[in-house]
Amino acid sequence: MTALQEVATRKPPASASVRREALYFALRNPKLLIGAAIVLLFLLAGLVGPLLVSATPNEYVGKPMDPPSSEYWFGTTTFGQDVFAQFVHGLRTTFLVGVLGGGIAAIVGMMVGFVAGYRGGLVDEVLNMITNIILVLPALAVLLIINAYLGIRSVGAQALFIGLTSWPWAARAIRAQTFSLRGRDFVDLARLSGANTWKIITREIGPNMSSYLLLTFILLFGNSILIASSLDFIGLGPTEGVSLGLMLQNASQWSAMQLGLWWWFIPPGAAITAIVGALYVANVGLDEVFNPKLRQT
Amino acid sequence: MRRYFGRKLLVYALTFAVAVTVNWMIPRFMPGDPVASMLARANVSQPQAVEAMRTYYTNLFGLDEPLWRQYLNFWGALFRGDFGTSIWVFPTPVSTVIMGAVPYTLGLMIPSVLLSYFVGNRIGAYAARRKLLDNTVLPVGYVLTATPYMWLAVLLAWGLGVVAGVFPVAGGYSFSIRPSLSADFLLDLLHHWVLPFFSLFLVALGGWAIGMRNMIIYELESDYSNYLSALGAPQRLIRRYAFRNAMLPQITGLALQLGVLVAGALVTEIVFAYPGLGSLILKAIQNQDFFLLQGIFLFIVLGVLIANFVIDIVYVLVDPRTRTGMAGASA
Repeated sequence: MTALQEVATRKPPASASVRREALYFALRNPKLLIGAAIVLLFLLAGLVGPLLVSATPNEYVGKPMDPPSSEYWFGTTTFGQDVFAQFVHGLRTTFLVGVLGGGIAAIVGMMVGFVAGYRGGLVDEVLNMITNIILVLPALAVLLIINAYLGIRSVGAQALFIGLTSWPWAARAIRAQTFSLRGRDFVDLARLSGANTWKIITREIGPNMSSYLLLTFILLFGNSILIASSLDFIGLGPTEGVSLGLMLQNASQWSAMQLGLWWWFIPPGAAITAIVGALYVANVGLDEVFNPKLRQT
Repeated sequence: MRRYFGRKLLVYALTFAVAVTVNWMIPRFMPGDPVASMLARANVSQPQAVEAMRTYYTNLFGLDEPLWRQYLNFWGALFRGDFGTSIWVFPTPVSTVIMGAVPYTLGLMIPSVLLSYFVGNRIGAYAARRKLLDNTVLPVGYVLTATPYMWLAVLLAWGLGVVAGVFPVAGGYSFSIRPSLSADFLLDLLHHWVLPFFSLFLVALGGWAIGMRNMIIYELESDYSNYLSALGAPQRLIRRYAFRNAMLPQITGLALQLGVLVAGALVTEIVFAYPGLGSLILKAIQNQDFFLLQGIFLFIVLGVLIANFVIDIVYVLVDPRTRTGMAGASA
């Protein structure tokens, strides 16, 4: 018991130094810094931008098909809507879908992965089977049917369904990690001291793979942005408000390509590519920060 | 090996059952009266079509029959190849409409997926641990995987189609030509095929290159590689062994990516108005043709399951361990 108490009291300084070490390498990792900077830049544009433009995104403000000018930074659509206003509002939606969809997928994936990996046996068999089934089902096709019938009209509902269909690979990865931690001494010790499953998972196993969970969440975040933009493009996006995917859909539907309105379809796609690409690169950078083997010195 | 295939087939059968059940359940348990709302939303002008739809819907939903009975009937119709009747092109059965579109989708997907897979893996394997090449392949790869399929398609259609005018931007073939087996038509078909194919090829390429590069680096650090180089084996030989080992996770990766690849093909088709399943989905959504949409859904699921099974067979051929039942891929 005294030994346990000793470990417990000694823990905070140890984890603080680990954190300081991670911060040290994080600030010296160009991949992480560049990736995070790009994501933050777009996040800032999405947060501040709507405050700067007076027009609501779908309002008809100016001359139709105006090229970018000092008044309308990204020009106007065939209907005279301000593309910049749509863009900054769309960024908000995109981040919201990413955080919500990625967050829901991460939570479901963690639950399934932890329980399957820690409990093993029949529970593992059943959960694994469910995971495999949802893994082979093409997510977009399922979302297509659900969205078409239920008529998804809000960003939240869209994110919810994306989250509920994109968790399987995360669950599999987390299950494998949990499996490798399950037999470690500190887990056995917690079990001997009478901790229940929930406590062991949240206090012992979870924190020990927290870096891995963060990486998983970042990938799910980028993934749900891409899925949402595809759904929007097919015409199953939220009908209230704007998103980057909806901008692409409108541009394509009203033949922006044929009319040469490049300022209409280049910004939204470029923003999605930049955000998701930056997330991936930051992810690789974070991996190097957390995993000493990958660090280049 | 029997256990391996048995497990896989069980998962696929269950997946198909889940897909069919979802397909059956959604119209029945969604809030409101589906028949009335669908008739209202379908907005069909022909009275005879409306009447046929109403009887069809009522028959299909079988309001007088118990639920389990409806469920069994649904399966029965499925096995007879009866997916219902399309509303958009009214009297045509859904299966006929889908069959007309499938060749275009497959003709686009199979070459682009296979080619990007092979080329991407080669590039990735070549770039690993070669500083100069790696520094270009890696960033380009990340940008490509992060690109939404439809955006690259739009860019290519605009750049090479509208501005440069080299390729047509819309359709599977020119409107002036009727589909036939003449050289003119085939050439025209190929001309329309190039851009959507290239767009799909490019987006998928990045992911495979990055995946292969990471796997090769991992393999080159493993014990057998170190042992080989300690023995003085040439670098080429070590890389060849590393490639063969790195290929296994990449095959599993192909199976995992199938859903994303299908989704990419669908939106690319929409951009180019290519007459495949993607454009069909767009038409079905715009015309509220739910039977068509459900038919396409089941078709995509079936296609992905078959492709998964083919990949499983390839895996067994490539990895001898699964054949002897020692270890290897887990279900």
